[in-house]
Amino acid sequence: MKKLKYALFTGCTAKQSTPEQMMSTMAVAEKLGIELIELTEASCCGASHLQDYDDFLSLVLNARNIAYAEKHGLTMVTICNTCQLNTAMTKHRLDNNAELKAKVNEKLAEVGLEYKGTSDVTHFLYAIIDDIGLDKIKEMVVTPLSQFNIAPFYGCHNIRPSELQNETHKSPESAYRPTSLDDLIIACGGKNVDYEEKNKCCGFHVELQAPHTAAVLTGNAIAGAMDGNADWMVTPCPLCHLKLDTQTAHASEAIGREVELPVLHMQQMVGLALGCSPAELGLNHHLAKVNFV
Amino acid sequence: MSTEHKITTQQVNFKVFRFNADEDYLPYYEDYSMEVTSEEVVLDILNRIKWDHDGSFSYRRSCRHGICGACAIKVNGRSTLACKESMNDMVDLFGSELTIEPLSIKRVVKDMIIDKGDFWEKHEAVQPYLVADIDENPETENLVSPEDADALDDADLCIQCGACHYACPAVAINEEFFGPAAFAAAYRFSADVRDNSEERLKTVNEMGQGVWDCVKCFECAEVCPKEINPIGKITKLHQMAFQEGIAENNVAVRHAVGFKKSIEKRGVLDEGGLVLYSEGPSIVKHIPVALRMFTKGKIAMPWAIPTSDNMDEIKKLVESSSTAKF
Ligand code: SF4
Ligand code: SF4
Ligand code: FES
Repeated sequence: MKKLKYALFTGCTAKQSTPEQMMSTMAVAEKLGIELIELTEASCCGASHLQDYDDFLSLVLNARNIAYAEKHGLTMVTICNTCQLNTAMTKHRLDNNAELKAKVNEKLAEVGLEYKGTSDVTHFLYAIIDDIGLDKIKEMVVTPLSQFNIAPFYGCHNIRPSELQNETHKSPESAYRPTSLDDLIIACGGKNVDYEEKNKCCGFHVELQAPHTAAVLTGNAIAGAMDGNADWMVTPCPLCHLKLDTQTAHASEAIGREVELPVLHMQQMVGLALGCSPAELGLNHHLAKVNFV
Repeated sequence: MSTEHKITTQQVNFKVFRFNADEDYLPYYEDYSMEVTSEEVVLDILNRIKWDHDGSFSYRRSCRHGICGACAIKVNGRSTLACKESMNDMVDLFGSELTIEPLSIKRVVKDMIIDKGDFWEKHEAVQPYLVADIDENPETENLVSPEDADALDDADLCIQCGACHYACPAVAINEEFFGPAAFAAAYRFSADVRDNSEERLKTVNEMGQGVWDCVKCFECAEVCPKEINPIGKITKLHQMAFQEGIAENNVAVRHAVGFKKSIEKRGVLDEGGLVLYSEGPSIVKHIPVALRMFTKGKIAMPWAIPTSDNMDEIKKLVESSSTAKF
């Protein structure tokens, strides 16, 4: 099989508040034989807030990021749901609006770049599922996670809006019945926990401006997983991870119930199953103690 | 050329929410099992429950054409316009066990019928009408160009079904929050070239009730049977607040503006710096969590915050492409 190669858009969080996201991405890529070319020139995607202030600037910056992936001739892979949404949304808008694309390219030309629309944009979760395949992952598992009930937490920006799902992924999943993470848990030998909140919002984006709303959403999500008897949760989004891992005190207070569970990044779960060491996966960087390894 | 059209049937089990506020102390669920044909829509099932099983079963419907907005309910938790949603699609999506519930269990009056009072109050609060000084005897027609009509971006197609409103998690938690349908209406009139309301945008920009409390979950975009994309309109209302100079200097507004400041300095975000800029002195309330994060290596020190390569490009683009002011 030809070695898989992607242009990696790390986003900001993997380099700051979730260093374990970066470590586990690299460890898992190596196990899976994936080559990642990091886009060190990339800027922040705007995290779904910049466009509220300055939509055009957000488009230009995201188009610039994709232009760098195009220079490498590679599919861009993201490791954050919100980076995925903002980048894929930019691509969608520019590929469907020649006038807008021309306006953005006028700006990019000032720095010698051009957005062509030749590179796809996908999340690492879907890259693994679409390009490597669940059967192959299953074959590669050395430490099946068979003793664990694992609660998938999908996060909004990978599964909604489904318009982008349909455009971006080989086997698009439903916003109401997503399966990718459940399937991946099973491929890693674990038992998937089904619970109502698995495709709901964690509240991350209003943490500062609407802390009560944010805390209730976080609390409900962890409580749902706990009621489903989960040993831990797993998410493809570092922002969901941050919310669920670091805000348990506020969440417990908001819903009037003590809630806490270890929340692993999707890469950490896959890494454990593929035999990476806890240190390589950065499992010591969590606030909710990961005490099962 | 003839395409063969085959009607298929399938056994489906329904769990149907029942409650009569005049008689029942608690709600309960009634089970019905039915042979469903691929031709039917969800409303046909509601009709069959009433006509064939229990005449007291209550729900709202009127036009049966997806235009009156009366028939919205939830199927397996998903807001759905009963007269538009095909049973085939529901079975494809959820399988043959379907739970039928009103849009909001909290607001139920009888079975599928809810009190939409909160929805209409919020709708009314955003001035859902044109505010304009109209010359009663104009000399020429008051024309709206096709481009100006396009700017409404289909917001005028809303049928007030409430599917988005009762699917919105922010509405469910925060009683003040106007919700996606009210914002779509606010956008529809604020984007109209003939409108000159000064109040509406201010109203939808207030913290708590306004656009800044939307959690950006895209549920509203997902459920809207008219594909109005309310979150898209919310984004536009945010932008209008800056364009019209009514964005207040508060934590939410600084949070949006802070991204630009961080990007022009480093390309990537300075996460700690962003929180400090957004919160100002009230950042102290985050100290306990920040300390725990620090001990786990989850906070980058100021000297270790990365910077993008080719910063000169980013700086140049920020300078030449940004138009927004704050
Ligand atoms: S995107 Fe905002 S308005 Fe829409 S459902 Fe989510 S919180 Fe509500
Ligand atoms: S925006 Fe869509 S879902 Fe919401 S009330 Fe209007 S038509 Fe219904
Ligand atoms: S009956 Fe009118 S919209 Fe369904």
